[in-house]
Amino acid sequence: MKAFTYERATDPVAAARAVAGHPGAKFIAGGTNLLDLMKIEVETPTHLVDVQDLGFDTIERTKDGGLRIGALVTNTDLAADERVRRDYAVLTRAIVAGASGQLRNKASTAGNLLQRTRCPYFYDTNMACNKRKPGSGCAAIGGYSRQLGVIGVSNSCIATFPGDMAVAMRVLDAVIETVDAGGQRRSIPIADFHRLWGDHPEQDTVLRPGELITAVTLPKPLGGQHFYEKVRDRASYAYALVSVAAVIQPDGTGRVAFGGVAPRPWRVEAAEALLPQGAAAVTERAFQGATPTKDNAFKLPLATRALAAVIAESKG
Amino acid sequence: MADRLDPTLSRRGVLTGGAATAVVAATPAAAAPLPPRPAKATPMMPVRFTVNGESRSLTLDPRTTLLDALREHLHLTGTKKGCDHGQCGACTVLVHGVRINSCLSLAVMHEGDAITTIEGLGTPDKLHPMQAAFVKHDGYQCGYCTPGQICSAVAVLDEIKRGVPSHVQADVAGRPQASNMEMRERMSGNICRCGAYSNIAEAMAEVAGGAAKEDRA
Repeated sequence: MKAFTYERATDPVAAARAVAGHPGAKFIAGGTNLLDLMKIEVETPTHLVDVQDLGFDTIERTKDGGLRIGALVTNTDLAADERVRRDYAVLTRAIVAGASGQLRNKASTAGNLLQRTRCPYFYDTNMACNKRKPGSGCAAIGGYSRQLGVIGVSNSCIATFPGDMAVAMRVLDAVIETVDAGGQRRSIPIADFHRLWGDHPEQDTVLRPGELITAVTLPKPLGGQHFYEKVRDRASYAYALVSVAAVIQPDGTGRVAFGGVAPRPWRVEAAEALLPQGAAAVTERAFQGATPTKDNAFKLPLATRALAAVIAESKG
Repeated sequence: MADRLDPTLSRRGVLTGGAATAVVAATPAAAAPLPPRPAKATPMMPVRFTVNGESRSLTLDPRTTLLDALREHLHLTGTKKGCDHGQCGACTVLVHGVRINSCLSLAVMHEGDAITTIEGLGTPDKLHPMQAAFVKHDGYQCGYCTPGQICSAVAVLDEIKRGVPSHVQADVAGRPQASNMEMRERMSGNICRCGAYSNIAEAMAEVAGGAAKEDRA
């Protein structure tokens, strides 16, 4: 691990200022992904600003009947919240489908959104990776790509966003709240939060340097039946090959997002409108223009089948 | 270093001098060895937390993980380092009663925390019920993963009691049961190379009060 200095922030704007004013500085909350990457020197921050004392660790009702989830609420506490389990079960189901009990106890809501891809070439510092080292090339293209992206990828990078929680939040139309070094606040719909790789795969999100996530808000409950179907190589503690987050209403309409396939949770509203026509109609539209490799082309039929399983379950 | 200061040439001085000469001779002049990088001094930081009920103060390089602080600085070697990347669970400890991977946490992030390691759960004379159950049910072979397994197991039963949901729960709005399926799912962050999993689940079931029996048939 490269040397760094460390401070514990007590005020959100001061924390944002500390990161914005210090080249190479990063926020640290749970640290489960950042420290993992620091150990292999994929991440080499020169300064860490620990935000654990900022008090963003509660879940509150919003005026319009939704929930405001503090950025530091742990994955375990979010999944276990009675209101989330009852009204946003897709979110609980997605969270408990990810990582291990130990990691969920430490990982934060904001950190989960900011976790980096698990592309094996991103992790291996001996390999070319435009995300890790801009301009060095992409060893994944033409390499081992079974886990990697099939849509929204580019000639620079075919990595996926690895998380589960965000896929459910995409279905729920979550909004990410931030504050910057100038005290300026902004609200970013989750649909706009993760970038498609394009020519700059080193930028995962639209956050600016020093911009700090303070909360994630959920609109009022959608009702309906909630599903998170995750297909993976092991029954537990493995990343999704394909996952499906869905909220299905009694009339067969609903919302669907896919995980494990793209740089961001993949939801196409025009595709989910086809839900009453069945899974194949939805995925044909949602994955229009997909550019799978020969190793991961299986993800397309797998997405259809995973969604078909969800639809079948919704019909009891 | 002492050799170099000694005006009379010692045996060790001759040997190291000779080796250095050989290296220089074998290296083309253009690629002369780089001067050693000056080690950038990392400011040490104080941290204070309690471990197994005892207050401990340390001054550490901020890079020190909680795991290394426990093992290398406090010499509590019950907690094990396996993968050092949060994948194996050998380093599992309890912080305020909640299980975490101590390898993926910096010691300085734990100012004021109450940490429990395997040494704090029980002693050879007075085993924690989970330790006793692991012995009774043969919940290990080599034992390397065992401290992490036991810390995790103790926390799992508490999580079930507190109603923390899991992936295998049919109705996440309801209360989880201490079933065999639940134990297996919740323990997936602890790997056992010897494959003692079924006995670990038996040990946990016994401590949970036999609640897993119905599921085992």
